[in-house]
Amino acid sequence: MSNLYDTIIIGAGHNGLVCANYLAKSGRKVLVLEANEGVGGAAITREFAPEYSVSACAHLLHLLNPKIVSDLALNSHGLKMAAKGLTTLSLSTDGEHLTLDRDSVSGKALLQSDKKVYRDFQNKMRRFARILRKTFMTRPPRLVHKNRKDLMTLASLGLSVRLMGRDDMRELLRIGAINIYDVLQEDFQNEHLKAALGFDAVLGSNLGPRSPNSVLSYLYRLSGQVGENDSAVSQPAGGMGSVTEALKKSAEAAGVEIRTGVAVSRILLDVDKVVGVETSTGENLKSAEVVSNADPKTTFFKLVGARNLETGFSRRVDNIRMQGKAAKLHLALDALPEFTGVSSDQLGNRMIIAPSLTYLEQAFDHSKYGEFSNAPALEITIPSVHDQSLVPAGKHVLSAVVQYAPYDLRTGWESQAEVFKQIAIDKIEEYAPGIKDLISASELLTPVDIESEFKIHGGHWHHGEYTLDQFMMLRPVPGAAQYSTPLSGLFLCGAGSHPGGGVMGLAGKNASAEIINGGKN
Amino acid sequence: MSVREADKRVLRTPFYSRASELCQTNLWSPWKAYTTVDCYSYVEEEYFAIRNATGVFDLTPMIKYRISGPDGLAYLDKLMTRKMSKLTPGRVMYSAWCNDLGHVLDDGTVFHLEENLWRLCSAERHMDWLQATALGFDVEIEDETDDVVGLAVQGPTSCQTLKAMNLSCVENLKPFQHMSFDFEGTKLMVSRTGFTGDLGYELWVPSEYAEKLWDTLFEAGKAFGILPIGSHALDIVRIEAGFIQAEVDFVPALNVVRAGRGRSPFELGLDWLVHFDKPVFNGRRALLKEKEEGSRYRFVRLDIEGNKPASDSFIYNSKKDIVGHITSATWSPSAKKNIALGSVEMPWGRLGDELYAEIYYNRELKWNRLMARCHVVEGAFFDPPRRRETPPLDY
Repeated sequence: MSNLYDTIIIGAGHNGLVCANYLAKSGRKVLVLEANEGVGGAAITREFAPEYSVSACAHLLHLLNPKIVSDLALNSHGLKMAAKGLTTLSLSTDGEHLTLDRDSVSGKALLQSDKKVYRDFQNKMRRFARILRKTFMTRPPRLVHKNRKDLMTLASLGLSVRLMGRDDMRELLRIGAINIYDVLQEDFQNEHLKAALGFDAVLGSNLGPRSPNSVLSYLYRLSGQVGENDSAVSQPAGGMGSVTEALKKSAEAAGVEIRTGVAVSRILLDVDKVVGVETSTGENLKSAEVVSNADPKTTFFKLVGARNLETGFSRRVDNIRMQGKAAKLHLALDALPEFTGVSSDQLGNRMIIAPSLTYLEQAFDHSKYGEFSNAPALEITIPSVHDQSLVPAGKHVLSAVVQYAPYDLRTGWESQAEVFKQIAIDKIEEYAPGIKDLISASELLTPVDIESEFKIHGGHWHHGEYTLDQFMMLRPVPGAAQYSTPLSGLFLCGAGSHPGGGVMGLAGKNASAEIINGGKN
Repeated sequence: MSVREADKRVLRTPFYSRASELCQTNLWSPWKAYTTVDCYSYVEEEYFAIRNATGVFDLTPMIKYRISGPDGLAYLDKLMTRKMSKLTPGRVMYSAWCNDLGHVLDDGTVFHLEENLWRLCSAERHMDWLQATALGFDVEIEDETDDVVGLAVQGPTSCQTLKAMNLSCVENLKPFQHMSFDFEGTKLMVSRTGFTGDLGYELWVPSEYAEKLWDTLFEAGKAFGILPIGSHALDIVRIEAGFIQAEVDFVPALNVVRAGRGRSPFELGLDWLVHFDKPVFNGRRALLKEKEEGSRYRFVRLDIEGNKPASDSFIYNSKKDIVGHITSATWSPSAKKNIALGSVEMPWGRLGDELYAEIYYNRELKWNRLMARCHVVEGAFFDPPRRRETPPLDY
């Protein structure tokens, strides 16, 4: 009996939709199955209080790949930005906030030398990020196979490192694997400025500023601000869900069939060959190719089953570090709040609460021992400033990432989520006195909630820490780093694969290229 | 990697009081965490006890794992290259197990003791690997090496010795079966297994019954020429039987440092232990590929002309290219042959291939070199019918 579909994709996150689209364009009959009621995965807009909508997980766009936007004609499928090139304000209780742009920083307390150091630092880090980004557009090279394509990738990477010149090459090797705290201490004087930079290195990760790998995660973030991605931080009109809605429309136009509200309970195997999937309603859908947009642990342990994997491989998957430490806070506000020292026309920017590196490190310290931070760090947006479609007229919505909230909270989250929510609100109140009185509804998603709502193991929205040991040809694990897996016909296309997390889409695109090539050349 | 001398200290097995009394040479060697006898009196005398009477060997240091739980059989099927579904209570199976590269970690025996309970006997320690393999299975694994002792009782009169211990119906045990007997208030398990390629049994009791077992066994064996044997004599009989030994004939894959030094079951002559008609098992993918594309090496049993043992020799083809090396070698008193086990590069080692072993030997500090012609043989060098007879004849 012939299969109805050539390829079944598990999960309609942005990567799943991107992958589906390219595969359909290659002539495949593609079915995408999504467990939730709508597409989007962790890139969705949803109502959290009557008439108040918000980007429920990811809330700012800074990595989306322009090639994907044009290949898939997302703009003609409804993708629009409500705001582009957002500035970052690092808040201060006394109103003396810093304003960080691509090349410049301003703030009353800053010296002229701070500003120059900032510009030089940004230029240097962007040069490094450009090297990193070079590797994003193709599959990671395998080191042990003498494969022409892999050798070319390595040679091109080596060449671009070499072409940086001696000083840059030394500097990249020197700082590549150390921590952002030490690097910032070398050049910067102003504690507030250091913290604003350090915050970006640890956002969404299980790292503190003194953790190794925090320079790498900073470069990863900057990779969205180099090359053709110069516009940096943007806010899609209609919230993050509009990105995946556009991806959905584009995919459907390419002939992809998408079924939502259909959870896959397991991947069907003939010993170690994929033959299809079984849905939670017991329906068996056959196909010779199955692509998982789910994270690697969910894919291999929940859908495939450790029993069906050889021990060396399953042990590597078991050891993937993916413990979520970020919570998401949503507030429905009766009016635009006032932040001390911030004018109302600045409120549409990205605002962060990270007064010093020590503050960040102490916030992180708690999470190491299974506690949440008593004084958390926050990334705050008020998307309704640019986009009134999210709220009733004249009202506002605040969306914030709150760190650190460990997935494995020692006491369990059940009784503690409300406590942590109040801590986060109190912290915002310190910077925006009176905001509490404006709150008509609120919601806090802990990593446990993120795990259950978005079906991400450990609630880690990057599907695995972005660190050297889980990077490039090691992401998610050797043996599955080129999107194919030890099970023939099974591929990965999610953030757990190279290049990684964020609403970028390249994991999905690269995976589709590998699938179309049949895992060859 | 160097090991601190203090970490090499060894224990005495629970049979030490008896073994040391009988060990006239006082020659001992470390084996895993224990000290064991190399040779009690004369290697030849011990060798002939195994082939003509009964030899007793202390198996205490053999690594033993207790595997329990409802998923035990499925677990073993994933761990082992061999299909384990025929392993029913009362049976023992020999198998090899591999890593994902299809390289052998070890070979050993699995005893199905009772419903949901197994014992794995191996040469190497593997707790980490066994635990990692348990992911997704409802099984528990415990190391019981120190809790259970074993004596190998091997040779033509071994069955008579056991019968003299009043182990009724022990003669009905077929190869690779086991049964239990009441013994001094505990359970004595007897399995028809061994490392000698001869008629023989292995006796297993909790370690506190060790001395009692030894005494009872030697009392019963008096009339049947029973002798304790050391590891040197055992080495001769296991080479005669064509059995490979970890760390001698292959490097256990988890100990391999240099890429490519591991060996697959196909490269160790263990093809018959690899079954693809079962669920996913460790090494499956790599072994399938190897089956398709061919192996790198071939395991050979060699009959070497002359009488100089070919230990560690290079093996040459007729063009005088080095194509392999000898891993184990001995003079076989029973086969009256100069025998060896070795590893050669493909395609060499076919029946009839012209191969030579480069043997160096020393006569009063004068070294001599010999290129001895080797003949590839199939099967064991010594394989007496009594090995399979049930019930065995009285000798």
